[in-house]
Amino acid sequence: MSAPASVRPAAPRPGGATGATGAAGYDVLRVREDFPILSRRVYGKPLVYLDNAATTQKPRAVMDAVRSLYENSYANIHRGVHFLSVESSEAYEKARETMKDFLHAGDTREIVFVRGTTEGINLVAQTYGRANVRAGDEILISALEHHSNIVPWQILCEEKGAKLVVAPINERGEIRMDELERRLSGKTKIVAVSHVSNALGTVNPVKSIIALAHGRGVPVLVDGAQAAPRLSVDVRDLDCDFYTFSGHKMYGPTGVGILYGKAEHLEAMPPYQGGGDMISSVTFEKTTYNILPYKFEAGTPNIAGGIGLAAAADYMRSLGIENIEAHENDLLSYATGRLSAIPGLRVIGTAREKAAVLSFTLEGVHPHDVGTVLDREGVAVRTGHHCAQPVMDFFQVPATTRASFGLYNTREEVDVFFAGIQKVVEMFRP
Amino acid sequence: MSDDLRDLYQEQILDHSKRPRNFRTLPTANRSAEGYNPLCGDRETVYLTLEGDVLKDVSFQGSGCAISTASASMMTERVKGMTRPQAEALFEKFHDLITSASGPKPGGPGLEKLEVFSGVREYPVRIKCATLPWHTLKAALAGGQERVSTELSEGPKAESGGA
Repeated sequence: MSAPASVRPAAPRPGGATGATGAAGYDVLRVREDFPILSRRVYGKPLVYLDNAATTQKPRAVMDAVRSLYENSYANIHRGVHFLSVESSEAYEKARETMKDFLHAGDTREIVFVRGTTEGINLVAQTYGRANVRAGDEILISALEHHSNIVPWQILCEEKGAKLVVAPINERGEIRMDELERRLSGKTKIVAVSHVSNALGTVNPVKSIIALAHGRGVPVLVDGAQAAPRLSVDVRDLDCDFYTFSGHKMYGPTGVGILYGKAEHLEAMPPYQGGGDMISSVTFEKTTYNILPYKFEAGTPNIAGGIGLAAAADYMRSLGIENIEAHENDLLSYATGRLSAIPGLRVIGTAREKAAVLSFTLEGVHPHDVGTVLDREGVAVRTGHHCAQPVMDFFQVPATTRASFGLYNTREEVDVFFAGIQKVVEMFRP
Repeated sequence: MSDDLRDLYQEQILDHSKRPRNFRTLPTANRSAEGYNPLCGDRETVYLTLEGDVLKDVSFQGSGCAISTASASMMTERVKGMTRPQAEALFEKFHDLITSASGPKPGGPGLEKLEVFSGVREYPVRIKCATLPWHTLKAALAGGQERVSTELSEGPKAESGGA
């Protein structure tokens, strides 16, 4: 394939055979060996997995941690006096400790295991939200949000007679900070905003948003689903009130995630679900809730999931979060440069701060057809609205094709992806 | 193009997707329905002039992928002039063509050109693209300004959930 060298001089040359990227010392070919699935062939072609914003593949370290628990230590936690229960409990609480460190939080009491980002947001909406939002109040989100950071607030607003207020975005897909500030009012009870947009890749200035909101005494929830896999997250530096993300998008298992909440909020919040583990004593007359974080963890949790998630966090840290970010940024700018050479290709989302997501439309070709042709080339991308229909509406497109990069992707894979797009153009252009 | 992709995107399908026939509104229409696939944003309106039991004229408008556009285009060509039972029987056959391993049952109206959609069978996530216009036609025939959604009909989801 020939790279049009003239298009964007800043874009690096098509990848050499080494797989080396902008991240010095980051050996992506070595990293790929940690992911058994990456050697899979689809339709007789090497798999090129570019759907990382939907979910990520798992390194051996995560599978080994889960397998090891089941092979050696598994029992229910926080209950039995017996040997295995103690060992499982210790492993689970050690996982919590790891996730606390991953977020640079100060206290494991602030680390709640949940099913994922969606549950994290619903938990806050149904506890903090129901306790604090009244008729006429407002909840402020951005126009960039995933459905999971819209609908839980709509449900709450409907129940309480409150109003969902939306801060608009500009043509680049960035939140308009002046407009966001204007919408922060005395009625605003919570701000909920994504750290990184799943549909466009925009990295939002969450620290500034939090400072603005706190200036008016409004707490902030950050949806970190797309940030946790690629950015170093420091909840104390951000000063966010809540931060939530999913394990499966950061190389960990499905069905597990983290909700970080400031202890002062978690203490004051009513419980989310009732059941075992979240209580300290139960009589038919009165139940006393357990201490943090167990107050929010009713029932036997996803024990293996939590332990697998911690293994994923350890794995990412062993590679260096900054290295992962630099590597993905290199892939993004390389891919953006290459795709810009294709006539009729429009990149949707051109924020100045962007991470790992390349969403685009191709004039005269529907994303579904792009996705099908790429699929047969072994390239997995997402097509559709990416659970962010308001974002699609803003850009007046029904859908986009989205390539999203992970820590194991290479420039050579971007080249295969690029060749696939060229094939699409040949096939479908009138 | 690889051979299996050619099975899906046959020349006639590509041709109809690039130059859809009967792609217009129908001033004489007395029936119409909107078909919508919320998962991929495909939206097609089928217009129908029904005289007694006869589909006197059929047209469509909207936006969709190559498969759904070509399917709508070729459907309008094929069903024009048919009676309602004939059109419904043809949908049955078309449906079997793209979903059933054994293909359509014998008898009834012939599929003729519509046979080019047989390759869709190998692409389960694209079945809804091909059937959307037919479901929409069926809704229009059933009467009134209806809206049909792929998510209330059969077939695997084109995509769902996730981010």
